[in-house]
Amino acid sequence: MLIRDSSDIASSEITPKETFLSRRTFLAGAGLAGAAALTGVALRNLADPAITVSANAKIEGIQKSSFSTNEQQTPYNDVSHYNNFYEFSTDKYEPADLAKNLKTRPWTVVIDGEVKKKLVLDVDAITKMASPEERIYRHRCVEGWSIVVPWVGYSLNNLIKRCDPTSKAKYVEFTTLLDPKQMPGQRINVLKWPYVEGLRMDEAMHPLALLCFGMYGEVLPNQDGAPLRVVLPWKYGFKSAKSIVRIRFTRDQPYNTWQQSAPAEYGFYANVNPNVDHPRWSQAKERRLGEFLKRPTLMFNGYDQVSGLYSGMDLKKNY
Amino acid sequence: MNLRHAKIACFFAALIPPLLLGWRAIHGGLGANPIEVVTHSTGQWTIIFLLLTLSVTPLRRLARQYWLIGLRRMVGLFAFFYATLHFATYVWLDKFFDVHEIVKDIYKRPFITVGFAAFTLLVPLALSSTAWSIRKLGGKNWQRLHRLIYLSAILGVIHFIWLVKADKRQPCAYGFVLTVLLSYRVWMWFSTRKERQLAGPAPRPAGLGRI
Repeated sequence: MLIRDSSDIASSEITPKETFLSRRTFLAGAGLAGAAALTGVALRNLADPAITVSANAKIEGIQKSSFSTNEQQTPYNDVSHYNNFYEFSTDKYEPADLAKNLKTRPWTVVIDGEVKKKLVLDVDAITKMASPEERIYRHRCVEGWSIVVPWVGYSLNNLIKRCDPTSKAKYVEFTTLLDPKQMPGQRINVLKWPYVEGLRMDEAMHPLALLCFGMYGEVLPNQDGAPLRVVLPWKYGFKSAKSIVRIRFTRDQPYNTWQQSAPAEYGFYANVNPNVDHPRWSQAKERRLGEFLKRPTLMFNGYDQVSGLYSGMDLKKNY
Repeated sequence: MNLRHAKIACFFAALIPPLLLGWRAIHGGLGANPIEVVTHSTGQWTIIFLLLTLSVTPLRRLARQYWLIGLRRMVGLFAFFYATLHFATYVWLDKFFDVHEIVKDIYKRPFITVGFAAFTLLVPLALSSTAWSIRKLGGKNWQRLHRLIYLSAILGVIHFIWLVKADKRQPCAYGFVLTVLLSYRVWMWFSTRKERQLAGPAPRPAGLGRI
């Protein structure tokens, strides 16, 4: 408690400025106050292990899937309290709390672009289009950590087939909700909002590509991309768009958000590839959450069945 | 409160972060990725203690708390202590003593290169922190050597900025504080130089009138 309080001490108490600050020394004083404030923030972070467990509604009638791995699953609490979800915060420990107030019902998804007829679908109608499956997938983040998650959903191609894309549809683009009121991270332009991701049509049609609305047998928690997201286990995590409000079929390759942010570091494909490093760090190994030693990263995250999608492509260039 | 008490208080306060970290580690409070938490935490405390070390001089002058100089060595050594923990975390928990990979990293990855340089620069400062070293080197030389902390802090902040993916607010905040603290030095240097000039050239020893 003593530590927590320290961040509440006003900087003016640490450096009693009236007593000694003259105008020409103001700047130096500001620097000291800044140092004190930063110390306070770091201390508060140290003393803050907030852990809550949420009980979401069970999903009925879940089928097993042959795509599932039998590797040990990451605990629910880790998957729901360690989230790269910049719409809420750039701190992975914060979305669990900040996403609490996201309203996921009513929720509609607009389907447009190169389709015969534009659709506006309710999320509950989408989740009922096919029977839910449990897909236990490896999930590899571009930052070098990985988890194993039992997602619930069905192959994205079930939805795409119902959307009647035209022959001009070469790509699918996913857009995340834009609502800075509900998503406080969007009040800061660390990325260009709304978040946009995309796939080539044949990638999206691959049965591994999952349209996901649950995990661990329950409805997705908000911080994991509720109410509707995609999961693309052979790609780095950022490709798997969350809280989707729009699915657009396009002729041109979508310009995904991370590529816009740093084109030299994040490409369109973002396939998990131990042989192609991120410019700033190696991708050869990963830390599976809960394990002490790093394990080698596998090509396509171990999902070799997608390799045909990229035959003849230079994956060093198409990173 | 005399200096002795202040030093004792400072010593124990500076140990709170690793103790808390240890306490959280034992009680499973480090979250899903404890090694990442330890790495980031020790790195941040290194920068914080570097900035605190650099705050001593402006603070003692501006607040006329000249006794603060008595704390500077300890605060500086704690910066080195945290830097060592941070480096050890990298060598042990991240790379698991894979020397080949570490050397490759330092050579290949700019953010690791500057981070390693920032740490290396602190080593001679920590080694020469004793009163004996000051005597041996002489005050002037010792001071010159210890100006390496400016470079180390700058590289430390760059290390942080280059490692972040998109949200640079926090490293930039450290960068701002560092800029202010270094600007104070530049300003002091200029103003004392002006005073020196106003006072005229220093009196020359007799017999050196013309060369």
